[in-house]
Amino acid sequence: MLKTGGHINHDVQVITVKHVSKSFGDNHVLRDVDLELFQGENLVVLGRSGTGKSVLIKLISGLLRPDSGTVEVLGEHVDELDDKALQRLRLKIGFSFQNSALYDSMTVRENLEFPLVRNKRHLSRAEINHEVEDVLDAVGLMQAINQMPSELSGGQRKRIGIARTLILRPEIMLYDEPTAGLDPITCIEVNGLINEVQEKYKTSSIIITHDLACAKSVGDRIVMLLDGKFERQGSFDEIFETEDNRVKPFYDYNFIT
Amino acid sequence: MLNKIQRILIELANIHRFVMRFYREVFRPPYEFKEIVRQCYEVGWKSLPLISLTGFITGVVFTNQSRPSLAEFGATSWLPALISIAIIRALAPLVTALIASGKVGSQIGAELGSMKVTEQIDAMEVSGTNPFKFLVVSRVLATTITIPILSFYTAAVALFGAFLSVNRVEDTSFRVYFDQVFDAVTYLDIFSLVLKAVVFGFTIGIVGCYQGYHSSKGTEGVGRAANWAVVMSMFLVFIEEILIVQIIQAMRA
Repeated sequence: MLKTGGHINHDVQVITVKHVSKSFGDNHVLRDVDLELFQGENLVVLGRSGTGKSVLIKLISGLLRPDSGTVEVLGEHVDELDDKALQRLRLKIGFSFQNSALYDSMTVRENLEFPLVRNKRHLSRAEINHEVEDVLDAVGLMQAINQMPSELSGGQRKRIGIARTLILRPEIMLYDEPTAGLDPITCIEVNGLINEVQEKYKTSSIIITHDLACAKSVGDRIVMLLDGKFERQGSFDEIFETEDNRVKPFYDYNFIT
Repeated sequence: MLNKIQRILIELANIHRFVMRFYREVFRPPYEFKEIVRQCYEVGWKSLPLISLTGFITGVVFTNQSRPSLAEFGATSWLPALISIAIIRALAPLVTALIASGKVGSQIGAELGSMKVTEQIDAMEVSGTNPFKFLVVSRVLATTITIPILSFYTAAVALFGAFLSVNRVEDTSFRVYFDQVFDAVTYLDIFSLVLKAVVFGFTIGIVGCYQGYHSSKGTEGVGRAANWAVVMSMFLVFIEEILIVQIIQAMRA
């Protein structure tokens, strides 16, 4: 399923990353990185494993702090916020983890209710039930409502993970390897879901992946992280119009040329 | 060598920060009452069978081991008093804490460790929830509340076990036995039991949570967190036992 195109507003930047560097010991993961995400856009960040793609979205969500540079999300500097302000900002950011990160000891319903009851305390039981059913319907897994995470397949866990982030109606979605470890059919379903989320919930998203099929079907724009820097950006075709040996094998492997 | 010292100092600073954060968060709303009750059930109710068995055996064995020494002086009538002092002052809180270190400490370490490495703690954080309050504060409060209750329960079961032994050999009645037991115990002994149990409970909770919350390196880290939670909390329980006994002795004097 290819993208039909969203409603991108190039006048509004919802995320602006400026001159950000991040190191872990001697490992310089990000070096003076700049990035912007426009309102309504699906931005794909491509790169090899261990190149700092996940670090980037952890910096955006405030799970990590940059060594230098600034991260601005919805007009607020993430690295300057106190705990309370950061918590408020995070309600506007949905984070879909690579391994879904569902709470093992809770049912699907309890997983979905967890952020809701803690952040929207005024909601009645009926309203909570309605919200839970609404997002479950959106990801097509109403039948799993009373199941434990251990009873779900990888694809179902991914969907529930996305549903749990959607329940707070975020303005921004961050997807960490949404198709990793899934079979091709489930990958297509998850890619479709990412596009549906963009359409239905009017979200702006960053999708971290090394799956080119995913990048092609969900990305409005693609940036490629090479050696700690974004060295290429553009549409899918523009990205791979190169003889760069760091880029070509990506395409060749994914499309078996 | 310098690196090792530096690592130890950093670790101590981290532990200090972790404990201070607990005190900051514990009084700050919102409160996770439901989770605290659930954890009390996990820690307290589910430990009852093991605590019952251990307490009962402690009472019986301690009585049987003490009898010959007292019999040498023809003083077996002092058995109930000796048993009650030993159980209330030392054995009940210590046995409860050691059992809880093994059962509860490892469980908390492994559970939080597993949540850490599978990014469940990060998931709570990014969904606008305070994972420290939900996971750490609730568990530490649960152990701090339930270990004293369990210690009283252990004391009761151990005293009952001791009674069966005393009743069988010395033919002492239930009423006489418990009259002697309560005559020998002072309020300071009860205070000492409560103080020890509260400190042990807090230690077991905070050590288990600290190890789990800071675990890394995948499943290996989870195993290590559970293991260290047990080793560290048992070690600290003994250190605290020595210190509290000194304090109580000073108060008694």
